Amino acid sequence: MGLESRLGQLGVVTTTLEQAVNWARSGSLWPMLFGLACCAIEMMATQASRYDLSRFGMELMRASPRQSDLMIVAGRVSRKMAPVLRRLYDQMPEPKWVIAMGDCASCGGVFNNYAIVQGVDEIVPVDVYVAGCPPRPEALIHGIMKLHEKIRREKLVETPRS
Amino acid sequence: MAEAEHATQLTELTWQQLRTLVSERALTGETMLLNMGPQHPSTHGVLRLLLELDGETVVNVAPDIGFLHTGIEKSCEHRTYQKVIPLTDRIDYLSPLSNNLAYCLAVERLMDVEAPPRAQYIRVILAELTRLASHLVWLATSALDLAAMSVFLYCFREREQILDIFELCSGQRMMTSFFRVGGLWRDVPEEFEEAVRAFLDYLPRRLDEYEEMLTENPLWKDRTIGIGVITQEQAIQWGVTGPSLRATGIAWDLRKAMPYSSYDHFDFEVPVGSNGDVYDRYRVRLAEMRQSLRIIRQALDNLPGGPVRTPDRKVTPPPKEELAYSMESLIHHFKLWTEGFKPPEGEVYQAVESPRGEFGVYISSDGSGKPRRVHFRAPSFVHLQALPLMAKGGLVADLVAIIGSIDIVLGEADR
Repeated sequence: MGLESRLGQLGVVTTTLEQAVNWARSGSLWPMLFGLACCAIEMMATQASRYDLSRFGMELMRASPRQSDLMIVAGRVSRKMAPVLRRLYDQMPEPKWVIAMGDCASCGGVFNNYAIVQGVDEIVPVDVYVAGCPPRPEALIHGIMKLHEKIRREKLVETPRS
Repeated sequence: MAEAEHATQLTELTWQQLRTLVSERALTGETMLLNMGPQHPSTHGVLRLLLELDGETVVNVAPDIGFLHTGIEKSCEHRTYQKVIPLTDRIDYLSPLSNNLAYCLAVERLMDVEAPPRAQYIRVILAELTRLASHLVWLATSALDLAAMSVFLYCFREREQILDIFELCSGQRMMTSFFRVGGLWRDVPEEFEEAVRAFLDYLPRRLDEYEEMLTENPLWKDRTIGIGVITQEQAIQWGVTGPSLRATGIAWDLRKAMPYSSYDHFDFEVPVGSNGDVYDRYRVRLAEMRQSLRIIRQALDNLPGGPVRTPDRKVTPPPKEELAYSMESLIHHFKLWTEGFKPPEGEVYQAVESPRGEFGVYISSDGSGKPRRVHFRAPSFVHLQALPLMAKGGLVADLVAIIGSIDIVLGEADR
């Protein structure tokens, strides 16, 4: 509708399949409702009134990994939690992306000790790292925008992920 | 045969461990075992519950914690006393300043120093703002669990204003680490008073709005009245503190009972409930928020002037100007940042009334610059022990309401 009014009576829009698919994927990411620690509170703030993540088509957090394609690892991952996190990742359908939110998820942060996994990239492949302890909602939104850019550049023929 | 069946259900538990957690009926397959969490929207973090169900009725609950174990207590042993403060922020991440306060008060007692009056008053203001922010998140999430989405959005709108005030003081929204042993990091900026006063005028109207939406709402009352009841005796036996204890009718508040940081200068009431159910916990917390506003207003009206850090050089570094001409000051400054101050040998326990209950800090000192042992008494941990007591005999859906009402923070329970 909006497109037609802008293009007049053209009737046909041409694009590549790749661009169309990437556009659709980046426009409606469904993050998994999954908070670990402090960063989860900032993630909630990102969705809530002031920062309103639904501006980016992401207001729908899914509680089930089977319905989501973005995992935001918000917080520190303990050794006990690591296998659970990996299982959740494995349950998500392809294609899927991961954002490591905060210093703990990115590199262990201040907790360089026996209990915390030193960066969630030891367990799952990470697409975007967001720095901060905890990152401000603006920082998380910036990370999400970066992920959108990344998805729009993806090639259909080579999407090998593990 | 039943043995093999359960073994596939819960691979990480041995048969012997399972026997201690569930009743005989579960072993014969009469009741169902259900795993809730650690990834579940209404466990408020990474809590795992092993539920034993008879139809919809909860027969038993076995909480499994430790999914957020961070080793904070151990990490404290490798840091000087001042450097522990940022770690305490991250224990109970909904009330970072209460944790800071408990820790700083404990070290101050160990060192026998005291924060100046202005610092104490600002600490009270910030601690009460933290309580408001924490209760707002509690109201937001526990109402969300019972499907009241708009309350979630409203509460976070108000919470942002509190975080703005924190940011004004310290530059950080959540993990401010604003308190120091012996006072504050720095004085609050000029705009602070105006910002807090504007918030004090703003929030009561909003609180009325929440009460309008929930207090007499028949759906809300249906889901909360008579749910998750705990009696006075049980609450005391299980070490329940904070709003959950006061909801049973016991007016025990550490701010009144063992005043710290000049809480005895302020006039406020301790709201109590009578039934000890989810509804009363809700009423108590909302009343507490109004009392917090009263405390903040009094503290602002009577805010004393003067320094915000104790002049005691044992814990406070010499001022920067002095370093230019005094060799001794330079050495002292250097020693404070490298070795830290050294409290005498001994131990101390200091508790504060955090939004969740009695948050205590135990420090054992061996006379060196780093603590020998630090332990945190976490109210969430204690309340989780009492969870089976509240949940048994109820429905699974009520369990969600109960978890919301005891306001657990897993970062604190697991540390």
